[in-house]
Amino acid sequence: MNSNTPPSTSVAAGSVDPSAARRNSKRPKCNLLSLAHCISAIPRFFGFRFPEKMMPDLRFTVHPAGTSSLQANSDTAMGLIQLPLSVQVISAFLLVSIVFIPIGVASLLASHDVVEIVDRYDTACIPDSARNDKVNYIQSPGNKTCTRNITVTKHMKKPIYVYYQLDNFYQNHRRYVKSRSDAQLRSNGSADDVSSCEPEDKSNGQPIVPCGLIAWSLFNDTYDFSRNGQQLSLNKKGISWKSDREHKFGKNVFPRNFQNGSLIGGGSLTDSLPLSEQEDLIVWMRTAALPTFRKLYGKIEDDLQVNDVVMVTLENRYNTYSFNGKKKLVLSTASWLGGKNDFLGIAYLTVGGLCFFLAMVFTVVYLVKPRKLGDPSYLSWNRNPGWH
Amino acid sequence: MAGGGRTRKRKLHFSKIYSFGRGKVASKDDLSHIGSAGFSRVVYCNEPDSAEAGIRNYASNYIRSTKYTVASFLPKALFEQFRRVANFYFLVTGLLSFSPLAPYSAVSAIFPLIIVVGATMVKEGIEDWQRKQQDIEVNNRKILVHKERGTFAPTEWRHLTVGDIVKVEKDEFFPADLLLLSSTYEDAVCYVETMNLDGETNLKLKQALDVTSHLQEDGDFGDFRAVIKCEDPNANLYTFVGSMEFEHQQFPLSPQQLLLRDSKLRNTDYVYGAVVFTGDDTKVRQNSTAPPSKRSSIERKMDKIIYLMFFMMFLLAFIGSIFFGVDTKDDLKNGRMKRWYLRPDSTTVFFDPDRAPLAAVLRFLTAVMLFSYFIPISLYVSIEIVKVLQSLFINRDIHMYYEETDKPAHARTSNLNEELGQVDTILSDKTGTLTCNSMEFIKCSIGGTAYGRGITEVERAIGRMKGSPLDNDDGNAEISRGARPLVKGFNFSDERIMNGKWVNEAHADVIQRFFRVLALCHTAIPDVDENSGNVSYEAESPDEAAFVIAARELGFEFFNRTQTSISVHEFDKNTGRKVERVYQLLNVIEFNSVRKRMSVIVRDEEGQLLLLCKGADSVMFKRLARNGRQFEKETMEHVNEYANAGLRTLLLAYRELDEEEYARFSEKFNEAKSAVSADRDALMDSVTETVEKNLILLGATAVEDKLQNGVPDCIDKLAQAGIKIWVLTGDKMETAINIGFACSLLRQGMRQIIIGLETPEIQALEKTGDKSSIIKASKDSVIRQITEGMFLVNSSKGNSSDASALIIDGKSLTYALEDDVKDMFLQLAVGCASVICCRSSPKQKALVTRLVKDGTKKTTLAIGDGANDVGMLQEADIGIGISGVEGMQAVMSSDIAIAQFCYLERLLLVHGHWCYRRITSMICFFFYKNILFGFSIFLYDIYTSFSAQPAYNDWFMSLYNVFFTSLPPIALGVFDQDVSARFCLKFPILYQEGVQNVLFSWRRIISWMFNGFLSATIIFFFCMKAFEHQAFNNDGKPASLDIFGATMYTIIVWVANLQMAISISYFTLIQHIFIWGSVGLWYLFLVLYGAISPNSSTTAYKVFVETLAPTPSFWIVILLAMITPLMPYFTYSSIQMRFFPRYHEMVQLIRHDGRSEDIEFCEMVRQRSIRPTTVGSSARLAAKRSERERQAEDTNGYHSR
Repeated sequence: MNSNTPPSTSVAAGSVDPSAARRNSKRPKCNLLSLAHCISAIPRFFGFRFPEKMMPDLRFTVHPAGTSSLQANSDTAMGLIQLPLSVQVISAFLLVSIVFIPIGVASLLASHDVVEIVDRYDTACIPDSARNDKVNYIQSPGNKTCTRNITVTKHMKKPIYVYYQLDNFYQNHRRYVKSRSDAQLRSNGSADDVSSCEPEDKSNGQPIVPCGLIAWSLFNDTYDFSRNGQQLSLNKKGISWKSDREHKFGKNVFPRNFQNGSLIGGGSLTDSLPLSEQEDLIVWMRTAALPTFRKLYGKIEDDLQVNDVVMVTLENRYNTYSFNGKKKLVLSTASWLGGKNDFLGIAYLTVGGLCFFLAMVFTVVYLVKPRKLGDPSYLSWNRNPGWH
Repeated sequence: MAGGGRTRKRKLHFSKIYSFGRGKVASKDDLSHIGSAGFSRVVYCNEPDSAEAGIRNYASNYIRSTKYTVASFLPKALFEQFRRVANFYFLVTGLLSFSPLAPYSAVSAIFPLIIVVGATMVKEGIEDWQRKQQDIEVNNRKILVHKERGTFAPTEWRHLTVGDIVKVEKDEFFPADLLLLSSTYEDAVCYVETMNLDGETNLKLKQALDVTSHLQEDGDFGDFRAVIKCEDPNANLYTFVGSMEFEHQQFPLSPQQLLLRDSKLRNTDYVYGAVVFTGDDTKVRQNSTAPPSKRSSIERKMDKIIYLMFFMMFLLAFIGSIFFGVDTKDDLKNGRMKRWYLRPDSTTVFFDPDRAPLAAVLRFLTAVMLFSYFIPISLYVSIEIVKVLQSLFINRDIHMYYEETDKPAHARTSNLNEELGQVDTILSDKTGTLTCNSMEFIKCSIGGTAYGRGITEVERAIGRMKGSPLDNDDGNAEISRGARPLVKGFNFSDERIMNGKWVNEAHADVIQRFFRVLALCHTAIPDVDENSGNVSYEAESPDEAAFVIAARELGFEFFNRTQTSISVHEFDKNTGRKVERVYQLLNVIEFNSVRKRMSVIVRDEEGQLLLLCKGADSVMFKRLARNGRQFEKETMEHVNEYANAGLRTLLLAYRELDEEEYARFSEKFNEAKSAVSADRDALMDSVTETVEKNLILLGATAVEDKLQNGVPDCIDKLAQAGIKIWVLTGDKMETAINIGFACSLLRQGMRQIIIGLETPEIQALEKTGDKSSIIKASKDSVIRQITEGMFLVNSSKGNSSDASALIIDGKSLTYALEDDVKDMFLQLAVGCASVICCRSSPKQKALVTRLVKDGTKKTTLAIGDGANDVGMLQEADIGIGISGVEGMQAVMSSDIAIAQFCYLERLLLVHGHWCYRRITSMICFFFYKNILFGFSIFLYDIYTSFSAQPAYNDWFMSLYNVFFTSLPPIALGVFDQDVSARFCLKFPILYQEGVQNVLFSWRRIISWMFNGFLSATIIFFFCMKAFEHQAFNNDGKPASLDIFGATMYTIIVWVANLQMAISISYFTLIQHIFIWGSVGLWYLFLVLYGAISPNSSTTAYKVFVETLAPTPSFWIVILLAMITPLMPYFTYSSIQMRFFPRYHEMVQLIRHDGRSEDIEFCEMVRQRSIRPTTVGSSARLAAKRSERERQAEDTNGYHSR
């Protein structure tokens, strides 16, 4: 590099005051950008990266004229904390596996702690005679009460969460998701703000509150639980997010004109209760991400013992039959990680294990067969230039 | 002349010195055009208020070099922006988003476009503002303008109008194109420096008409009136046709009277002129054309990738639309609703089951909008920002700053930074590029005796080649560097003739005459420093300056020139003292490339008429008198010797004229000079021919064309980097070959394939003069020679020790470049290790460049310093101008300007390599991150029955490209480096990564894209599986759409930034700030956006503080899903690094495994890197070494046998 250093001789003949010349010199100077660059050389804390780091070579600082002390030795300065590359790779894999495997085990244990009972009732709750045309059955009026008995297989500690699970129901369909009016839900004054709610925007010329397809298709099966003939109390408070209750659904917004149209969708609402207290609606209106989803129905504030038989009296009203959707009733406890799902644990263990495996492979390769650096077969540049 | 003009206003008649060639007088033919179309301009001088002047509405002198005006900025700049396919597409989607088709809100769609386009427009605006500032400065310069009754008042340039009389003082620029009326000199001449126009630094002489030359005082212009009729504004700098009506007489005008805007008045105290063309009508403004805008091949390929992305996007949208159409159609059958909750019975056209195909088409449009995230909206603007910053690095590199001329490197365009890393062939000019264009008088041969003890660079190089020890090359170079001449242009030392010792030599009278020729036969102008008495010279060419300097140093100091005389301080051989001699200057017969000689006719103090002549050997030897050939043989030997040493030679001769002969000549000469016919030149040639004969030879001079600093080393490095170097020069073959040897492009043992037409047969044909048969024979000869060359090259393929060099002269090149031959020629040239084209014209240089560029489809770089290289610079993929002494013409048309050829090494091997790496990595990364995001949207779309509902909040999406992933790639593009500058230079073969485009091969691009798809898939399915349907927190609440979207988005931001972090190879604080800052910014945004009213934040309302942050599963999913997508890349690159390292990774290994101390290992990689080069000094070394080994083997074999 030094061979390129400009010679510091200046044109002698007839030149003006040399200091004046230097002041006007176009010689590159330190600027803001390079300043940042200079500073950047100091803290190097990210000790764990894959490829190497180096000291900056482009340091555009002003050198006193004539000195040739360019930063030639910058490469050796960092040598002390540099780990060999293979060691870095191996330790990266090891670190991942060390972190992941315990998390995996913990997640798996959490998932296994959860007791979950799933009872599919969509077909079972239709009388044999009506099974040929379920849609007709569900759409025709009449008593659709149905009783299910659920046997508890494992001790369930309170609170026990009660969910309904729907299949093949596209709550995330673009038409469906957009069919609501947040303004209307929040404040009484925006009742007319129904432009996004078509076709459930108005009924008999009056705006529907709450408007839109989501509200209109409110789930309306109901469940009653009893154990040994004794009613199990179902807590329906606190099943929705607090921010929804307090900020998205108004305390002085009351249902109006709801389910008054020609076509009745799902459930109806209590006109006397403000929306912020109609938690079933609030839960329903927080749309699900995927077409198979559960929604919280309530909490049973009692422990259930092994072999307890819980009798569920349910009103089978909601039409999932026309789109072949299943309906399930779910009773589940929750761990610190949530409900029952082995996926996280398995995934963590798999990735962690894979990393451990790779770390071992790399270690073995590194120990048993250190690179023969002189072996030209690795250095295939000339033989096969377009290798990559 | 400086400073002396006013005090001695003698009757000077420069017109006598300058005989011809300085602009022809307009012929009658031309003048007849005046008044007709194209020649309609009428200028009423000094009549600002006259009615005639008023009706002619000529342009004002206000100039505007800005691209935009305040009014046109918005429409014009916007138009420029939306000409880019990607931006136009975003504009269309932005406009469509106002329709009900939009999957997101219009504002959020338009916002990033506004940011991106806004940023580009701000940049444009700033650049234009800087131009505007320049304009303002120029327009407000003051100039003295005649007001009334002979008074002049300072006025701004922009207020100048056609017909104004202005007074321009010394060293001022001309504000407009002026008609010179008079100057301080009696005969109304003035000197003009035209550097800004044509880059020539020598002064040009202009002269006004005689009739106006008496107007020398301000007061004279009180009632001056004249009418000028002339041509309309045009771009031709060297023509001007017009006439002036003055005092009821017509006078023809020529370019000789025209002073062009932006040129500068020199050596003249002041001139008066009349404004003829103003503002944009001036010749220089008419000439200003935008330089051709070049685009790098990387960017062209990038466009292809964008089209590929468009294709993928449309494909995904199309597939989705089919599924959507089917689903929608199913919703309503025979009056029974399937998905009743969507109310398919009462729906809009977008979801209408009865018109499902139409709905599918509309949903296609929606999807095209939604998947716009596949196209990196901020890519263009990021690239532009990065390139500007990269140029800043180039401009501020201290290692490319040349202290002597105070010139840093200057990237005039930032478009081509990465192209610098891909250069395959360098086409270099010789003079001023490889050589300094500083001529040093080094040797001479006088009266058959050779003088001068200096050793030239070439001799040294040749000497080294001829078996002097190989290993102390450097030592020699050091010594030679140290011994710099004390006087610029003079490197002569010989005690026999210096310091007046010449009087003792055998041919003292010849030596005296020789020195006199040096001191008198030139057109230089002396400049005497009043204080020190030192004389310096302004000469038209550096060799001429070298002559006068040599004469001065040898005791014949030329110190004053008037129009009729030349004064010299001479060393008198009789008295041994300095005396002043004045020679009467009668004629100057100028040099030109046809005549190849120059003469002056002077009368010395004894009244003897002398013709002093200097010229090229080819023309001089045949003009010698019979009795003038005394030293011919020795001189010829010396000249050949000098030429072999790479020197420029000229022969010096003289002749005594008698009065009668001179009178005859003078008459004819003046007659020829004033001739206006087209064959004036021929006429003058024949007149001068009559006196420039029967010359008496005095001797020869040898001037060294100095190689620039470090050129041989630089060429060696470039050769090791696998870059081919072609030299295109206007010099003659011998000089070119010598320079080739000097800079190691040629070496002994190399097979030289010389293609020329100097064969006897062709020369014989030329004598007959039959043009067509000459052409045919020449062409056949060239084709035959090329074919023979091909045979030679092919026969030695694969054996680097006998590489070939191709040397071709300009005449042959003419035929070799013809359409039917050029492919063959190119094939031959590519097969040769070095190519030297000599005697090539500027046009041929450009043609050769084009041939290489188009023929090899590789990147070419042209480097040159003179106006004759402009064509080549503009034709090549990259044009590099040397900001040397030959003016600015080349620099103005170059893409990057450097001060020295040797900086090319750093520019290419370091900056080029880095820029290439940075830009390509950045582009790959951009596509990665956009595929990552876009594909996750598509995957989610599948689970919404293809209804084009995104999982993310509108603003999350629109800010992805703008805020959360924009800065780290920029930091990558500016700062990343695979290996340090030192290692770049140490392992030049690293450069081949760029030439072979390893880092931007389709394989690498597709790999990155695939990585994007893979990462997106991993992230989506991990999220989906983890948040399936069970409770998501310990309060039993399942994850809803907003939670799902925010989590997935968080992971994507993490992955994009982490992927950047692990693929970066060079961390600075800025990268840390950008990468972690982007992630931090996302969290901050999530909190702040979630805190505003739910009317605005919709699904993001309190999503982080209430739902995500307190939930362990959120963090656990993030950790899992942000590490896992990185594993494939990490594993892949670990394996590659370990088992199949690419070259830069090998170099990295050297540093990393603490191997930098291990000299043996370093040497091993280094050896590996040095591939068998065919040119350069290391090749020479290698050739030597193998030669030696072969000899050793031979002897060994002999012994063992």
